[in-house]
Amino acid sequence: MVTNSLMLAAILFSIGVLGVVVRRNAIILFLCIELMLNAVNLAFVALSRAVGIEGQVFVFFVMAVAAAEAAVGLAIVISIFRHSETVDLKNFNLLRW
Amino acid sequence: MHHFEPFLLGAIVLLPLVGFAVNGLTAFLAPERKTIPTVVGPTVLALAFVIALTNFVRMLGAELHEPIVRSYWSWMPVGSLQIDAALQLDQLSMLMTLIVTGVGTLIHIFSVGYMKADPGYARYFAYLNLFVFFMLVLVLGASFPLMFVGWEGVGLCSYLLIGFWYKERKNADAGKKAFIVNRIGDFGFIVAMMLIFSNLGTLDYVEVFEAAPAAFAYGGGVITAITLFLFLGATGKSAQIPLYVWLPDAMAGPTPVSALIHAATMVTAGVYMIARAGVLFALAPVSQVVVAGVGALTALFAATIGLAQYDIKKVLAYSTVSQLGYMFIGVGVGAFAAGVFHLMTHAFFKALLFLGSGAVIHAMHEAFHHTHKDWDPQDMRNMGGLRKYMPITFWTMWIATLAIAGVWPFAGFFSKDEIIWQAAAHAVGPYAGWYKVIWAIALLAAVLTAFYMTRMMVMTFHGENRTGEAERKHLHEVPAVMWVPLAVLAVLSVVGGWVNVPHAVADLPVLGWIPTSEWLHEWLHPITEHADEIMAANLPALAETAPIGGSAAFWAVASFGIAVAVIAIAFRVVGSRQYRPAVESPEPVGLARLLYNKWYVDEIYDAVVVRPVVNASKALWRFVDQGLIDGTVNGFGNASRALGWVGSRLQTGQLNTYAFAVAIGVLILLGFVVF
Amino acid sequence: MSDLLWWVFASLAVGGAAGTVLGRNPVASLLSLVLTFFSLAAIYILLGAHFIGALQVMVYAGAIMVLFLFVIMLLNLGHDFRPDLRKGAWLVSGFATTGLIFYFIWRSFAGGEGLAMGADPLLEKAAEGGNAVSIIAEPLFRDFLVAFELTGVLLLVAVIGAVLLAKRRV
Repeated sequence: MVTNSLMLAAILFSIGVLGVVVRRNAIILFLCIELMLNAVNLAFVALSRAVGIEGQVFVFFVMAVAAAEAAVGLAIVISIFRHSETVDLKNFNLLRW
Repeated sequence: MHHFEPFLLGAIVLLPLVGFAVNGLTAFLAPERKTIPTVVGPTVLALAFVIALTNFVRMLGAELHEPIVRSYWSWMPVGSLQIDAALQLDQLSMLMTLIVTGVGTLIHIFSVGYMKADPGYARYFAYLNLFVFFMLVLVLGASFPLMFVGWEGVGLCSYLLIGFWYKERKNADAGKKAFIVNRIGDFGFIVAMMLIFSNLGTLDYVEVFEAAPAAFAYGGGVITAITLFLFLGATGKSAQIPLYVWLPDAMAGPTPVSALIHAATMVTAGVYMIARAGVLFALAPVSQVVVAGVGALTALFAATIGLAQYDIKKVLAYSTVSQLGYMFIGVGVGAFAAGVFHLMTHAFFKALLFLGSGAVIHAMHEAFHHTHKDWDPQDMRNMGGLRKYMPITFWTMWIATLAIAGVWPFAGFFSKDEIIWQAAAHAVGPYAGWYKVIWAIALLAAVLTAFYMTRMMVMTFHGENRTGEAERKHLHEVPAVMWVPLAVLAVLSVVGGWVNVPHAVADLPVLGWIPTSEWLHEWLHPITEHADEIMAANLPALAETAPIGGSAAFWAVASFGIAVAVIAIAFRVVGSRQYRPAVESPEPVGLARLLYNKWYVDEIYDAVVVRPVVNASKALWRFVDQGLIDGTVNGFGNASRALGWVGSRLQTGQLNTYAFAVAIGVLILLGFVVF
Repeated sequence: MSDLLWWVFASLAVGGAAGTVLGRNPVASLLSLVLTFFSLAAIYILLGAHFIGALQVMVYAGAIMVLFLFVIMLLNLGHDFRPDLRKGAWLVSGFATTGLIFYFIWRSFAGGEGLAMGADPLLEKAAEGGNAVSIIAEPLFRDFLVAFELTGVLLLVAVIGAVLLAKRRV
């Protein structure tokens, strides 16, 4: 089951990467990032079953950080929405300069 | 015989350089101040002459057999080649130094008067001093590269001085022509130096001339090539066929420059070079014939052109080319001392002739300036009867004319006569026939020389004055600062030949009155003995009689008589012609037209050499420089721009792009881990 | 039995993930992701991480997703049914990269013997009087105390930052 869980984590991670690359909506982009984080959590938990309890402790921290990151990120999304009435990323190319 | 230590040898060379620095600074910072160059210019030369003279006097008692080489610093140590900044003092370089500094001093003093009103006064003396410096490096250098430094340096100064009044396009062009034509000769010099180095491993005179007889077979291909290339360099610098075309144009410079550079010193560098490398030429009989043959042809050719020129300086320019031809006949047949002897006497009387013509032009120019007439002050058709107004110039120039025509007891008689005789005497061995032809050409050229020089004198000083009523009252003799050098040179033109009276003449009844006998030959013997040995070993003994007529004594008397006769005939013929001022004179026709236009040589060169080179250069410019090179460089630029454009497409500013880039990076890292 | 359950929840998880990525509007994607979270929680429990499973539901599905939903409602994005997938080359290269990443990860695990599943930690500790919470709490407050405190600071900073960023005028 451990190995299978690791495979599952890999699949979920890949799907998350795909989402980040192909989607233009900022909110959905965020959801895919959360998906990637969860895949990592799954990998940690699976490995902690085989190696030691420290894996689960780390998952604890990941969750806390993910929560903080989601909060700040959504605040940013709200700011950009206020700026241009849309969260479609094709309108935001200031990173070019 | 006591040990000889040279006295302030380096100072001789450095003094003119100091003069150049001081005058140059003056020209740069305060060009209107005339006192500094007036004092510094001639003084450094005079000092150098005095030091040289001191050394000469001490050398007279010392009986030197080996040259003295003083090395000052190591200039170019490159692998097995060691070239030092070294000066070589021996009989030949001493003689040349005396000529350069002595005649140079007189010309500097003359220039003080001649250039008095010129705004470029300081610049003039700076360039003149620099020229003397380089000329001294040329004659005193101890190795071929050092001679070449001097060679190039005098070429540079010649360019600067010919184009002295550079604001006129014609003068600048003349300077360029001189430099470029010289360059062609320099190519020959450089190739010869390379050949010498690759065959002998050294370029110092002492070592080269010692090793040459053993290293090269007599008459072999390599030594012939070396000497022919050296001669090519000499034809450029000393204005022989085919590279003489720059010298008549060089008359665009101030007349004292023509006197110093294009009569007495720079153009003799080629003769000096061959005399110095006598050993090499003695080993290559083919080159000797070539040198003598080209010299003879040039002597005749230039004399024909001099017959039909109306500009006084052009006559003298072609006369110089012709006399240089004589010098090359001398060193070509192997009579090195005779060639150098003529070099010395020619320096005296040709400098005198040029300075005299400078005085005439100065007077004519002032006259026309007063009346604002725009006639050419150098055209002899505008002169005539100047003997009344310029007596000192008149007498001194007649002395020089008699000297150049070869009239006893003036200087040119002894030197020119000796060369012509030596051409006949060396008509032995495999090329005897050629030397006989050369002898005949030299005789004919001598006849022409006497004729055109007399023509010049008659047109300028005799007969009716054609300058004009109003100008006549402004014609007067030049000031003392200008006629004193003329007088000194006149004295030298009289006695200068007496240092080397050949035995044959010294034994003659009247002509043998002058006591000194072959002193110059003996003085130069240590220099020429090696070459003489080689020639004596490989050629039959010298002839005792000329191809036509008799011995040396016979021809001495005969050439004296011919010279006097030609002068008398020319006096009659030219004196009886009615000349009109230049603007009223008819165009020359027929043969005169051909000679006046210098056998159209310049036009031929232009069509055959210059135009094709210019067109080829244009083609190269268009296809290679613009097309290929610029294209490649621009191509690199365009390629960079294209690459940059491709790269810029990565910067979209879109988050997804950057996430994709990160994913690619992760992929690569994973790849390293997995594989 | 647990294997079968595992497979069920794994399929649900993957399905939810696909739905997130391909969902037409944000709410649909979000709800698919919630499905994935629940499945993952079940898998955690199957793997013996009971506390983590509970946390997964409470923190992720309960707090973070609700936060997302609040923002979607605030910005009124729920009605957006236009598809916003990047097309063409993006899609192809996205799939390609994804596939390759999965393949590489699979390659690094496959081959060789799999990892052995160890003992259930809860059962181990239960003998000493531990429970599901204490097996996490003890390492957390002993070995990882500093990290724990720092996480608290991090959360504080995040709160302040979020408030500042979202204000209308600072």
